[in-house]
Amino acid sequence: MKVDNSLPLEYSTEENNLKILGFWIFIGAEIMLFATLFTAYFTLENRTGNGPTGADIFEITPVLIETILLLTSSFTIGLAIHAMRLNKKKATMGFFIVTLILGAAFLGVEIYEFTHYVHVGAGLQTSAFTAALLTTLGTHGLHVTLGFFWGLFILIQIKKRGLTPETANKSFIFSLYWHFLDIIWIFIFSFIYLKGMM
Amino acid sequence: MDFFDRFAVPHPSFLIYASMVGIGLTMLAIVVGITYFKKWGYLWREWITTVDHKRIGIMYLLSALLMLFRGGVDAIMMRYQLSMPENTFLDSQHYNEVFSTHGVVMILFMAMPFIIFFFNYLVPLQIGARDVAFPRLNALSFWLFFMGMGLFNISFIVGGSPDAGWTSYFPLAGNEFSTSVGTNYYMIAIQIAGIGTLMTGINFITTILKMRAPGMKLMKMPMFTWSAFIANVIIVFAFPVLTVLLAMGTMDRLFGTNFFTTDNGGMDMLWANLFWVWGHPEVYILILPAFGLYSEIISTFARRNLYGYKSMVASMVVISLLSFFVWAHHFFTMGQGPLANSIFSITTMAIAVPTGVKIFNWLFTLWKGKIEFTTPMLYSMLFIPLFTLGGVTGVMLAMSAADYQYHNTMFLVAHFHNVIIPGVVYAMLAGLTFYWPKIFGFMLNERLGKWTAWLLSVGFVLAFIPMYITGLDGQARRMYTYSESTGFSAMNMVSFIGAAIMAIAFALLVYNIYYSIRYSPRNIGNDPWDARSLEWATHTPVPEYNFAITPQVESTQPFWDSKKNGHELFKGEIEKIHMPNNSGLPFIMSCIFFVFGFAMIFSIWPLAIITLIGILACLAYRSFEKDHGRYISVEEIKETETRLRGAKK
Ligand code: HEM
Ligand SMILES: [Cu+2]
Repeated sequence: MKVDNSLPLEYSTEENNLKILGFWIFIGAEIMLFATLFTAYFTLENRTGNGPTGADIFEITPVLIETILLLTSSFTIGLAIHAMRLNKKKATMGFFIVTLILGAAFLGVEIYEFTHYVHVGAGLQTSAFTAALLTTLGTHGLHVTLGFFWGLFILIQIKKRGLTPETANKSFIFSLYWHFLDIIWIFIFSFIYLKGMM
Repeated sequence: MDFFDRFAVPHPSFLIYASMVGIGLTMLAIVVGITYFKKWGYLWREWITTVDHKRIGIMYLLSALLMLFRGGVDAIMMRYQLSMPENTFLDSQHYNEVFSTHGVVMILFMAMPFIIFFFNYLVPLQIGARDVAFPRLNALSFWLFFMGMGLFNISFIVGGSPDAGWTSYFPLAGNEFSTSVGTNYYMIAIQIAGIGTLMTGINFITTILKMRAPGMKLMKMPMFTWSAFIANVIIVFAFPVLTVLLAMGTMDRLFGTNFFTTDNGGMDMLWANLFWVWGHPEVYILILPAFGLYSEIISTFARRNLYGYKSMVASMVVISLLSFFVWAHHFFTMGQGPLANSIFSITTMAIAVPTGVKIFNWLFTLWKGKIEFTTPMLYSMLFIPLFTLGGVTGVMLAMSAADYQYHNTMFLVAHFHNVIIPGVVYAMLAGLTFYWPKIFGFMLNERLGKWTAWLLSVGFVLAFIPMYITGLDGQARRMYTYSESTGFSAMNMVSFIGAAIMAIAFALLVYNIYYSIRYSPRNIGNDPWDARSLEWATHTPVPEYNFAITPQVESTQPFWDSKKNGHELFKGEIEKIHMPNNSGLPFIMSCIFFVFGFAMIFSIWPLAIITLIGILACLAYRSFEKDHGRYISVEEIKETETRLRGAKK
């Protein structure tokens, strides 16, 4: 494995470069995936059947908490990458841990939110609207869940193996993924919740 | 329904029992054969765990050929059923299942793997690379595709096949009207294969962007690589739509959601729209690589550079963009109003323009060329007029007002077979014949090859032209029988005869392969067709590492220029080569996916959860795995090179 030391660690090998480009293309696919979900959601938004509408069930407090948690975690993963570039292993790990805790907290609130929806009679089977809503949110939530474990594994690897071209590459790609989920959340926040509450 | 009832075929017939026995015996024979010849270890080491793009390509090829015959049998059954009025060969339910699986098998499990075979085998060679960007992901792509295919194919012996058409329109595909697990198979098997395809897309875009040989600028790439690049871009944009669509369809069927139902707010047209947002680009994923193959073949056998390289590239880019803006031409009659219809009518017709540009480019390439009528060239020459006919009827279908006459009639069926068969299938057969010597080290018999091409074309014309006529007369598609008084019977008989001739042509192809394996000469050199691009510059058989020395590229046909104009391809010394290690993980993970899919289809939740955990465990294992591949030493390369060079003379 040829390592080019003039480049940041995550870009320092041929393989790493390929992986980063491949991941960007993957994000392109993910954009299409979420775009399709949003399209389905907007098409079905007002088709509530006998079930409640968005205005009936959305609550601002948990959503705001979720937003703050996720936005902050996106910031802290940025700090982790910054620390990684400065080759500070401890700090990198520290920010990683904070990010994962924030992610887990986000998931906790989201699970509360989902049980609340089911509780007020907006379950998966209630109407086309609830199905689209829960699927869109659920897909994002699933991404966060997977991201949580993925990040955890990378953290363990940094601890065990240090900041190598490989772990640096993984961390960088993970940070792209995490930022991406944050951006999707902003769309969910604005066009599902805020629009739905108005 | 009782637990075990679900596994029974809902409408069994003699045919189904016979194929069950057939499949059982074949499987047994294969297992016994492999054990008897002690080939399990060889299979595992050399094929199942391989990450070599060439071998993965060959496995795609085998799957595609297998499915060509499976889909072909379906086709013959349908044509036979319709060959006379009031025929009772198939009952209505069985007919529904046959046309549904025929469509899915042909598009997704035959044509797709066939083009992915070409991507895999050719792209790295054409761009002078050692492998694809992510060899292991490539293996995973293949095995996921393969398991999806396997899952889909067991549907007709376990639980029943999908019966709502390859488009699977709701509400027909919902639980209410499709009561067996058939449509579950559709949703889940295609999902698994589709994930594999999506990863192929990511892999090849990265490969083509990053791994080209020095000097190969984008505008110097061979035309097939260009077409592969664009097709893969379409894959990455179109397949996620399918992923979401199938996930929603699955939820409707398994979890009682209401995306596409007709009550509780569900919307059946959402399925139709999203299906075609994926489905229309999908047909261009198939046709563009076919165009790429024709370009390679035509310029090789016209002994001329391709006419209008830049316009060829530009037209493909335009087609790929337009392909995303025409989807609603599939349901002009389903109530979207004249404005939307007009817009989609125009965008559809617009696609004919860049397609026409390509046709003219091929014609101009032929114009001053010294044409040599080899089998691949014969296919290409037959392709041009036949495909043009299909394009013309496509424009007829694109006229939204007129579409009220032929929507969902045999006219449509004739049209799309007219573009798919001369367009995609001929390209694949031409490409297969063309690249066969590179892949297997001997030529297919030319005489038999030409017979195949001619028979196929005669059969094709007889099989499909009558459908235009009966379609205009109002013979609906997907109708399992008709009465004498409709007057369709004569034409349908002709059509059946045509289909039978096509079947003979395919049988001849098989015979050709058998014949050539036995009798074709083996000392054909590396470049039997006197071809033009890099894949012909390496040895036959292609060594694991493709090129001992990375080629230097200066033009769009580097190999031709190296032969005719003294351009030096391989400069410098041999160095050690880095190669990825084989891995069993893609296969194992895909097997778990298979079981997971099966558990989902039959709603066996505990098994589904266990296998899902298994899949996640594989991902976790992969995350921690350390594998930096291995090196092939200089001595080893030199040895291989002399051996291969020696074998040639
Ligand atoms: C000149 C370019 C083309 C035009 C103008 C065109 C136009 C159309 C139109 C308008 C329909 C819908 C007809 C209806 O539902 O009444 C259609 C259907 C179809 N086309 Fe094309 N097409 C073209 C090329 C292709 C190609 C290259 C392929 C495949 C490789 C293809 C595959 C299909 C298929 C599979 C259907 C049937 C869908 C179904 O099951 O309803 N078309 N085409
Ligand atoms: Cu279309």
